[in-house]
Amino acid sequence: MTTFSAAPGELTAPNGSGGRAQPLNPEAMALRENVHPPDWRNPEPPGRYDFVVVGAGPAGMLAARGAATLGKKVALIERNLLGGNCLNVGCVPSKALLRTSRLFARMGDAQGLGVPRPDGVRIDLPEAMQRIRRLQARLSRADSAARLREHGVDVYFGAARFTGPTQVTVAGAVLRFKKALIATGSRPMTPAIPGLIQAGYWTNEDVFNLEAVPRRLLVIGGGPLGCEFAQAFCRLGAHVIIAQDEPMFLPCEERDAAQILSDSLARDGLEIHLNTQVAAVRKSGGDKVVELVSEDNRNTVVVDEILAGIGREPNVENMDLEAARVEYDTTAGIHVNDFLRTTNARIYAAGDVCLAHKYTHLADATARIVLRNAFLRGSHRLSSLTVPWCTYTDPEIAHVGLYVREAREQAIPVKTFTILMHDVDRAVTDGDEEGFLKIHVKDGTDEILGATVVARFAGEMINELSLAITAGIGLEELGRVIHAYPTRAGAIKMAADAYFRMRLKEAAS
Amino acid sequence: MRSCAAFPGGHCRDGASCDGALRLTGAAESDEALLERFQRAAFDYFIEYCNPANGLIADTSRAGAPSSIAVVGFALSCYPVAVERGWMPRAAAAARTLVTLRFFLISEQSEAPDATGYKGFYYHFLDMQSGHRVWQSEVSLIDSTLLLAGVLTASVYFSADTHIEREIRELAAALYQRVDWQWAQGGGATVRQGWKPDSGFYHYGWEGYSEASILYVLGLASPTHPLSPESYGAWTATYQWENIYDCEFLYAGPLFIHQFSHAWIDFEGIRDEFMREKDSDYFQNSRRATYVQREFARRNPHDFKGYGARCWGISANDGPGFKTLTVDDIERRFFGYAARGVPFGPDDGTLAPGAALASLPFAPEIVLPVLRALCERYPHMTRESRLPGGFNPTLPGDGPQGWVSEGYFGLDQGVIVMMIENHRSRLIWQLMRRCPHIVAGLRLAGFTGGWLE
Repeated sequence: MTTFSAAPGELTAPNGSGGRAQPLNPEAMALRENVHPPDWRNPEPPGRYDFVVVGAGPAGMLAARGAATLGKKVALIERNLLGGNCLNVGCVPSKALLRTSRLFARMGDAQGLGVPRPDGVRIDLPEAMQRIRRLQARLSRADSAARLREHGVDVYFGAARFTGPTQVTVAGAVLRFKKALIATGSRPMTPAIPGLIQAGYWTNEDVFNLEAVPRRLLVIGGGPLGCEFAQAFCRLGAHVIIAQDEPMFLPCEERDAAQILSDSLARDGLEIHLNTQVAAVRKSGGDKVVELVSEDNRNTVVVDEILAGIGREPNVENMDLEAARVEYDTTAGIHVNDFLRTTNARIYAAGDVCLAHKYTHLADATARIVLRNAFLRGSHRLSSLTVPWCTYTDPEIAHVGLYVREAREQAIPVKTFTILMHDVDRAVTDGDEEGFLKIHVKDGTDEILGATVVARFAGEMINELSLAITAGIGLEELGRVIHAYPTRAGAIKMAADAYFRMRLKEAAS
Repeated sequence: MRSCAAFPGGHCRDGASCDGALRLTGAAESDEALLERFQRAAFDYFIEYCNPANGLIADTSRAGAPSSIAVVGFALSCYPVAVERGWMPRAAAAARTLVTLRFFLISEQSEAPDATGYKGFYYHFLDMQSGHRVWQSEVSLIDSTLLLAGVLTASVYFSADTHIEREIRELAAALYQRVDWQWAQGGGATVRQGWKPDSGFYHYGWEGYSEASILYVLGLASPTHPLSPESYGAWTATYQWENIYDCEFLYAGPLFIHQFSHAWIDFEGIRDEFMREKDSDYFQNSRRATYVQREFARRNPHDFKGYGARCWGISANDGPGFKTLTVDDIERRFFGYAARGVPFGPDDGTLAPGAALASLPFAPEIVLPVLRALCERYPHMTRESRLPGGFNPTLPGDGPQGWVSEGYFGLDQGVIVMMIENHRSRLIWQLMRRCPHIVAGLRLAGFTGGWLE
């Protein structure tokens, strides 16, 4: 059985896998002191708050601090750990783990760069996990409970329950408010697979306390989370089987992006099962026996652990939202209008709990909209946002704006300028030639509608294109921006140059 | 029409020079003789690997290979070529065609797992003797379409007022009319890719430009169970018009995608809504895709042996097998039969010589040099004048050609025969211009202009 080290704070043990409690190490204690101090005492409610924020993830903390900066009397309620998924079980620890797995994998490439791989290179997973907790502790300092209090935010730990349209209770205290924000985030979805719960499975919330890499791991789901973890664990030494019920990974992304990712995962050694559903799971001794169904083919695989990464669902339960007259459903989450108001005009929502796209940076952006609309007489709209995103596989897959199919559905003619990373000097010199840049423009103009980047560090490259779309900078204008040479972002300049050459040809013909 | 910077000198169809072809006229064997040799050898596949009792053609020349219904479609389309070239008497071609059509008409159409087809479509692979489904293959909508394209080619070509040729036309009409194209949409906006008796439709359809143009054309024109009028637009909505290597075209990676529908339909000068928007047509598009293939091989980003301006052709084809090997101190992944593509891959150094040759009508000035180069560099591989399903000079083998696919694939031979013929005489294109279902389907798909006017 895979073993786990002590969980920081209230982090849960893996589902059915029997995590065992151990004394907290210094890094975990430091993290806990920041995100949920053991001796924390909730304040006494001072009267009616200007702003009560339920949920202290990225959206909630940003909104609480922002409102406090505006001089508002603010309460922030957190059920578990400050920082939410992102800091504790999401982006921060997962990217730290990916860094370890990527470094280990890159050692395999070292020989080709003239650096013979040293003997005895191995993964020290406990040390990698220790590093993760160290980083979490460090990053949590900026928004610790104590710092929030210093900023004028009343921090309450406990479960929030609405008892009316303008009041909420937490740990026995009644908080009345003028305005409120619900930012309770989301949690991993549980796959409806017979026998899975009984056999035990992990989600992303369970993997950051491992002491050893499982020998055989099944990853269910070929979306961003499933692909990231599948590749990471494969590179860490597990035999990873990934089952995806669609014909390709990342089904929302460009087909060519998904193909490159599929090739990359196969090259890493993953056992890939596309168009495959997990029909049933059962325990057999220490093994988990999994039945896979693909079209009319059935086969059985035996693994030590199962990681489910099929998506996230909003945290809308157990808050008595009905009492607050806030409408919601368990799939889409809290219902909001384009200004992020709920059906109770005094209450807003932001982040995963109300959004289809569940990203930390979108939680941040929506919290800013709420602040402006709630306190600065703003009328900012969710629909006006340009939202990039990135899947942190190797290569990374980043996108912003419209996909071609979306543009064509809107009857917008599209032309795509494609640059292969194997034609980008810096990618070649770094040995990172896999991938491409595609910039979609409105045909006949240089208006950038959207872009996809598949490359190592695509997540860094997409921001320039996000800026261009947000600021209305066309591809021709981007061509006038001097890009440092040699850089991967030089691909954007190359695409702009291709646009320029096309214009010259048109002018000449 | 706009040109592409990737091929500044090559605009045969536009009236410019065919540099490569002209340079080769001094060679010992004329272009015409060279093409005749390879076309004839390709055609002979259909004689050698045919079951004359039912007209089925083997998928490959390998022992025990089943029949592929698409290969049968190619064979039916090649018989008229053979008649016109004097390789086969008309009566023999008609007899072979009739046997084939009779087999398909009387074969079992049901949900039984060993039937031959269902709803007028057919299983991808059939037993050469019994004609029953093998390999648990799917009812393949595109492969059935290619079979039906062959059936309709025969119905147009065999137009004589004889008992045999009348029956060919009657059977062809019956086979086409019984196809339930509406069912093939599976309730969706576009056509599904396949169906199996135990699990139903594949839950995915066609996304992006593909070889399915002829599927939509024939499906839309059905007088009995046509595709919904919106289906073609729903499919073309997934197209991507890309500028790659300074060449603008409707992107699809594997070369065969730019060829299969074109084997039957002359797309030159006719345009649907998408191509009107882009001021191009699908013939020009295939020409550009061919040049992109050459450009990719010139750049050869993965440093594979053999690649170059006179050696390219990356498509869906046979490969060395799924394995990772260290070759010349470089770790390489190889694939078996796979849809290789340009420029996004996968690319394992395996070339499809037949795919390169099948681009002949689009860009003869760069395709003929490839055929010459294959003969010069790899005489062992080309001495039979029949091109293998793939070869990989990077993977060491018996000679400079490296690994070579065992035997031959019927699909390769079929498209070679047809595309060489379209280059030489435009025979198939001219025939299918007279096929009322092709004309009607093109119009229903929104094509206008050119020979459709």
